[in-house]
Amino acid sequence: MNWDWDVVGDYMPRFWDGVQLTLQALVLGSLIAFGLGLVWAIAQRSPYRWVRWPVSAVTEFIRSTPLLVQLFFLFYVVPEWGPSMSPLTTGIVGLGLHYSTYTAEVYRAGIGGVPQGQWEAATALSLPRVRTWLAVILPQAIRRVVPALGNYVIAMLKDSPMIAIIGALDMFGEARSFSNETFTSEAYVVVGVAFVVIAYPASVLIRLLERRLVLTS
Amino acid sequence: MSSPADTPEIPPTVTDPPEPAVVTAAESRAAGTELVRFDKVTKRFGGTTVLDQLDFSVAAGKHVTLIGPSGSGKTTILRLLMTLLRPDEGTIRVDGALLTHEERNGRLVKAGDRHVREVRKKIGMVFQQFNLFPNMRVLRNVMEAPVHVLGLSKDEAEQRARDLIELVGLSEQLDKYPSQLSGGQQQRVAIARALAMRPQVLLLDEVTSALDPELVAGVLDVLRDIAHSTDITMLCVTHEMTFARDISDAVLMFDKGKIVESGPPDKIFSDPEESRTREFLSTVL
Amino acid sequence: MMTSGMFTNYFLPGIWITVQVTVYSALLAAAVAFLVGTLRTSRLWIVRFLAGCYFEIFRGMSALVFMFFLVFSLPLMLRWQLVPMWAGVLALGLTYGAYGSEIVRGALAAVPVAQREAGVALGFSRSQRLRRVEIPQAWPEMVPPFNNLLIELLKGTALVSVIMVSDVTFAANLVRFANNESAPVYTLLLVVYFAMAFVLTRGMRLLERRAKAGVGQEQPRGGLLRRGLHEDAGEGAGALTAGGAAR
Repeated sequence: MNWDWDVVGDYMPRFWDGVQLTLQALVLGSLIAFGLGLVWAIAQRSPYRWVRWPVSAVTEFIRSTPLLVQLFFLFYVVPEWGPSMSPLTTGIVGLGLHYSTYTAEVYRAGIGGVPQGQWEAATALSLPRVRTWLAVILPQAIRRVVPALGNYVIAMLKDSPMIAIIGALDMFGEARSFSNETFTSEAYVVVGVAFVVIAYPASVLIRLLERRLVLTS
Repeated sequence: MSSPADTPEIPPTVTDPPEPAVVTAAESRAAGTELVRFDKVTKRFGGTTVLDQLDFSVAAGKHVTLIGPSGSGKTTILRLLMTLLRPDEGTIRVDGALLTHEERNGRLVKAGDRHVREVRKKIGMVFQQFNLFPNMRVLRNVMEAPVHVLGLSKDEAEQRARDLIELVGLSEQLDKYPSQLSGGQQQRVAIARALAMRPQVLLLDEVTSALDPELVAGVLDVLRDIAHSTDITMLCVTHEMTFARDISDAVLMFDKGKIVESGPPDKIFSDPEESRTREFLSTVL
Repeated sequence: MMTSGMFTNYFLPGIWITVQVTVYSALLAAAVAFLVGTLRTSRLWIVRFLAGCYFEIFRGMSALVFMFFLVFSLPLMLRWQLVPMWAGVLALGLTYGAYGSEIVRGALAAVPVAQREAGVALGFSRSQRLRRVEIPQAWPEMVPPFNNLLIELLKGTALVSVIMVSDVTFAANLVRFANNESAPVYTLLLVVYFAMAFVLTRGMRLLERRAKAGVGQEQPRGGLLRRGLHEDAGEGAGALTAGGAAR
């Protein structure tokens, strides 16, 4: 067994830099996923087929293809005709876009879970459509989807090291470059442990939230 | 034509001579008082015809109860009026205006959303399952539509809401969420919420069916109060025959999508002419 | 420009490797899922605890990081080198197996207690009950979430390109390096993955239909009724947790 604690010590400063970047990517990616997913979900309930159909097709496509390849696409193809983005920005957009197709399904289930009577009451009161969504449907739907959204934040955390492949220096990216420079491998273990250490309390928190929601509803 | 906003404030005026509340379309048009009118309305669900070429009208200020076996189409009538359903054939008029159709170049076409919404504002509905918004407190449940549909100021809407919540006897519960109230209390809030829009027609869809027996009386008392102290028009589907007898000017007996018999409650309940009415009443009384 | 030669020379062999990695890691994941999933319903707390630890660790673990650990850390620490493809299969199988164990555990928990008791009354041993009573009944519940998981696994196989396994993503990267035309290469790559996911979903749907029919034939009334009730009760929440667990 070859294990050198000094190597771990040398890596730690860069590890903390990486953690910051990982969390940054996670927070911004989540915001995009939460917002864009809601847009997809509402669009899929549009009365117009020419809105529903393309949105369903695009989200289905994004959901069925690997995030890693999507990151390559965003990083190498998009700049040919669109904006050129830094690895981190590409990673955030990629994570957010990819996971928005999952949160869309979560919202869809949440919106579908709002009783039909709520829509009928809103109609009976002549509430305008925008008001019905904002004041009646979404507050009820989002409440019950919070734990599911949380699960996808954890899933996103686990997929976040992929942004290192296009050059972002998140905690895995830092580990990779450190290991390559020093011909060591302890850094990967540190990062692996870090993932479990971050993900476990987060998933416990979400389970508590789930249980509270079951109890109060 | 009275504006919907004034309706509840007009003192009780239902002292007209005992003209039949439900009259044929032609008669009521002549009298000029009809508020709701169905013309040859047909509604089908899949292969089954729920309403079959239905004609009837309700005069302003009258209280009409729809009775009949389940599946006879009573609730469908209320849901058509509330535009929760659209008729397959025929037209519905509310206060003279077509509900789900518009006349364009002398032809009837499906009405746009804006038209439907405008006509619909004259109608309020109380549901079997209350359908209060669980994410809003009692006061806000009642204020929401007056503010965002009628464009009332917050203060005006709040005053109106407080008055109505007092009317239904729940002033103590203003700040509670619906889930903290009993079923009967929730239904009374729902009544206040419907009245806050000052509708000309109030639709009551089996409003006590989902309540525990001991809570029914409180809700019916509130409705009796409203029926006797305002000139609001009511269309009511209920299984509470005593209540129907108390408040109704007319009772319509439905079966298989058609009106079997209609008349004043005393006549229908005590001395029905049709055997089907007798059969139905013997099962519920 | 993309030529057909490029497709047959690079993409096709890559697709074949991707298919192999998917099949091997799916088999490993299924074995892990059933083993850990049933162990998590064990009567012995220590068994439940250890199986639970496995689940928590691998649910929180990034497959990519674990792959790097297997390829770079393990050889240095143990002086024992894994072939990259098997390192990839191992990492994918162990992590996706952890999600799968949650599906198995949930489906077993949904089997009515009465069925378990009937098994006890008939004198079946615990493993006989699992094999003859509980798993066959839980199986139709597992198929749809397993389908989701299989698609996730297929997408996950793209990661092996990073540890130098020449799968279809690796092939696409090679082509891009060779002729510096990224748009057609990566577009084609996305379409290839979508097509594979489509085929997998179709296949799993067939399996789903057969699984349902299987339960229907063995116990015509009870089986169908149970499913129906389950779907009604768990429509909203069930869909959500299934989605969450499938990740």
